[in-house]
Amino acid sequence: MAQENADLLKIKELIEMMKENDLAEVEIKHGDDKIFLKRSQPQPPAITAVPVIAPHVSSALSGANAAQASVTEAASSGPQQKTNLVEIKSPLVGTFYATPSPDSEPYVELGSPVTSQTVVCVIEAMKVMNEIKAETTGTIAEILVTNGQAVEFGQVLFRVKPD
Amino acid sequence: MFSKILIANRGEIALRIIRACHELGVQAVAVYSQADKDAPYLQLADEAICIGPPDPAESYLNIPRIISAAEIADVEAIHPGYGFLAENVNFARICRDCGITFIGPPVEAMQLLGDKIQARKLAQKADVPIVPGSEGTIEKDTEALKLADKIGFPVVIKAVAGGGGRGMRVVHNDVSFRSAFYAARAEAEAAFGNGSVYLEKFIIEPRHVEVQVIADNDGNALHFYERDCSIQRRYQKMIEESPCPVLDERTREKICEAALRIIKKANYVNAGTVEFLLDKDKKFYFIEVNTRIQVEHPVTEMVTDHDLVEWQLRIASGEPIELSQRHIKHTGVAIECRINAEDPANNFSSCPGTITRYIPPGGLGVRVDTHVYQGWTVSTNYDSLIAKVIVHRQDRAGAIATMKRALREFVIEPVKTTIPACLEILSHNLFVKNKIDTGFVERNF
Repeated sequence: MAQENADLLKIKELIEMMKENDLAEVEIKHGDDKIFLKRSQPQPPAITAVPVIAPHVSSALSGANAAQASVTEAASSGPQQKTNLVEIKSPLVGTFYATPSPDSEPYVELGSPVTSQTVVCVIEAMKVMNEIKAETTGTIAEILVTNGQAVEFGQVLFRVKPD
Repeated sequence: MFSKILIANRGEIALRIIRACHELGVQAVAVYSQADKDAPYLQLADEAICIGPPDPAESYLNIPRIISAAEIADVEAIHPGYGFLAENVNFARICRDCGITFIGPPVEAMQLLGDKIQARKLAQKADVPIVPGSEGTIEKDTEALKLADKIGFPVVIKAVAGGGGRGMRVVHNDVSFRSAFYAARAEAEAAFGNGSVYLEKFIIEPRHVEVQVIADNDGNALHFYERDCSIQRRYQKMIEESPCPVLDERTREKICEAALRIIKKANYVNAGTVEFLLDKDKKFYFIEVNTRIQVEHPVTEMVTDHDLVEWQLRIASGEPIELSQRHIKHTGVAIECRINAEDPANNFSSCPGTITRYIPPGGLGVRVDTHVYQGWTVSTNYDSLIAKVIVHRQDRAGAIATMKRALREFVIEPVKTTIPACLEILSHNLFVKNKIDTGFVERNF
């Protein structure tokens, strides 16, 4: 038990060291003991991975919204992290709302668990509020749009880390 | 003038409208389906909004998505182009109800003229000759046959809600009448959701002559002369020209004035085309009105030096027409060839595919209207029009020579196109000598 605790402490220290030194992989061999730690890739500088067309849509927004949107996109993952994330895309053209009403809490936040039936947002199209369901199971890993932002068909709204 | 409009269309006409907008200082918002996401004209638009997957029903024909895009982009008007929703009364009405200007005729005029029978009645009231035929729809084949005997064969059964040649059957005798009647109705029902048909005398070897008109909100109307669109295959136009090479000045004046009478009587606003058939004795008969800008509008633009899409924008934004008819002149001859991704050697079957080599023609008097570029993939989702080549020279012989030179220069590889068929027609003795009619292509090719 004590040995396990000591091992755990060591591993935690190693993880800290990896983070501080920005290491991706560490392998330590000590006789027959071997420990191998692999860290998911560090974030590359924020390159907006949206298609060329998207700037046209965001220019429809107020400056504040546009700035917020690009900050959120920058903070979200670089290309490497997307390979196993499931995208929730807009099935409509309209306005994205993160909350059911102006004063309430958002439907989901980073880290929120979702199932296929979880409502993740509302998209307003022609005065009709359409509840958008996750249609996947997992945890919200990224939120790529902001409250009140205009969205087009197929635009990625959330990325979900599958269970 | 508008400050921002949305274009509810795609391809070459979307690009055409973007260009007119930019010349007027109007911002153009384009919508696109996922099939068109790489189209370069989207980069020319001031904004581009994806509205759906490739299927037109989920994108270019999807009214809620288009209206939603118009709302989030905060536009003042929508230009519907041609095809898709351009003559959809429901769409025009929804635009009006949503406070968005529809760049086209008022709902009532579109509805009236969209009903071929009502349009014929209106033409009669406007003292314009119509093709002899039924007063209204004909419900029973027995009733239809009696009328056909009275008018005299051959007759044509036509869809009331029709267009593009669908729901039409030419019948030469009473033996084949019954099956043609039911076939036309079934086709009309399938294509337009309305199986009603009417009957007309079939004019032998006619020319298709149409008059381009514009009208403003104050009842002023002008024409931009006529186009001859007799080179057709299965009711799809292949080659159009202006002026009609066999019209004398007197008949030209009469047919253009007849067109204006119909437009005024219908309280029509914006650009439209009044179609006639011209028989061998140079008598003309009203057929229908196309309540939209047409594919072949560049032909008229070249001979009159007027930007028809610009006129549409001006009229829709409330500007009155301040020119009078005497200001509209036509010079020279213009010809347009529609280049489709179809194989003439294989019954014009469509040839989708990626265009790996694309070199458009140029030179004096040559205009190419297209959205296509090297690397573009012609898909099966939409029509097969690749490009329109329009030439304008001082006379018909010059225009034919320049068009042939331009078509020979035009490289579109490896997809098969209708360029060889156009070249054959342009070189055909009967075409050169103006001895053609709407049946010419199908008889000779």
